[in-house]
Amino acid sequence: MNGPQDLGGRHGFGAVQPEDETRRFHADWERRVLGLTLAAGALGHWNLDASRHARERLSPAVYYGASYYEIWLRGLEHLLERAGEVSRAELAAGQAQAPGVRSDRRLSAEDVPGVLARGGPTDRPGPEPAFAPGDRVRTRNHQPAGHTRLPGYARGCVGVITAVHGCHVYPDSNAHFQGECPQPLYTVRFDAMDLFGEDADPTLTVSIDAWEPYLDRA
Amino acid sequence: MHDHPHDTSELDDMTARARALETILVEKGLVDPAAVDAIIEIYEQKVGPRNGAAVVARAWSDPGFTDWLREDATAAIASMGFAGRQGEHMVAVFNTPEVHNMVVCTLCSCYPWPVLGLPPTWYKSPAYRARAVREPRAVLEEFGVTVAETMRLQVWDSTSEIRYLVIPERPPGTEGMDEAALADLVTRDSMIGCGQPRRPGPR
Repeated sequence: MNGPQDLGGRHGFGAVQPEDETRRFHADWERRVLGLTLAAGALGHWNLDASRHARERLSPAVYYGASYYEIWLRGLEHLLERAGEVSRAELAAGQAQAPGVRSDRRLSAEDVPGVLARGGPTDRPGPEPAFAPGDRVRTRNHQPAGHTRLPGYARGCVGVITAVHGCHVYPDSNAHFQGECPQPLYTVRFDAMDLFGEDADPTLTVSIDAWEPYLDRA
Repeated sequence: MHDHPHDTSELDDMTARARALETILVEKGLVDPAAVDAIIEIYEQKVGPRNGAAVVARAWSDPGFTDWLREDATAAIASMGFAGRQGEHMVAVFNTPEVHNMVVCTLCSCYPWPVLGLPPTWYKSPAYRARAVREPRAVLEEFGVTVAETMRLQVWDSTSEIRYLVIPERPPGTEGMDEAALADLVTRDSMIGCGQPRRPGPR
């Protein structure tokens, strides 16, 4: 979606503020939001793509005014509401008014290390890739109203395939619970001048990872 | 009023909002607060950029491991015990005298957790996500890093579940140093491509 999350190449956001690597959190509530997001994810109501979509569908004014953990918290509230686990009235009241639906799937503390260590690989069996390293491709002018992982700055641009990663879960479909629909995944390299115009840095190349439905042969 | 720190009856909005949601989820039996504590402990104390620094130090020390990293970074990194969430599909990208690599996620905050831990605030900021792909040299200047105009700059936008780890160049003057000493030179930012490893100093 052409939402607030699609930031690559935008102007006006100011300077980057480096920070010491020992600084992990800025407030205790950020710790809780991290833990709640991962623990609630284990209930199995949604997938990673759906959780990204829950964040990017926030209004631009909210998204740009929020810290990243606030974006996560708002996304989590939406996902839980959509799953029928939490109602708006409960969020307003700050207390439960009905039992949980999937409390039988509650993540236990003992299971946390194993769940995090396993992660969630997204490679799947799927169709043979149409492209090979070295092929020139043009990204489609692909701008669905729903979730996609083709950034706006890379639409309609010619690049070169530099890697083929096999087939991976297709986010455009998976985010909307329409199936994993695995598609071949590639790394595509572009000259910055083909992305950002003649004033772009001539020594800069930018790569994205792109699923086959984002690409045509050039 | 400045003498009196705010007590818990004056919770800031986000603390109150997060606490409300946790209360609801715990009451419903959907979340065990001990599991939340366990998750926080892992990412605050166990999984962080020292993992990645160990990977880089081994790459600097062991050509066989470097080859493995190039061919199958996920397996090579897993052999050191670093695997799992947000590191399921790893790719290592190597800085050379000709190419400097830099990593961003313009669409959200994708970051290789098993080797670098949680992403820093700046990595998730609109400023970094907007500018890293368009004007990375200007961004690098804000980190105090200058990349020669004669070098190619390669930016990796993490738009899929592939996660990128930058292997910086081994600094000069480090001959004979063991992996532990080398790892001490490897900064988090150098593994994102926004810094350089430290030079060895007086011990």
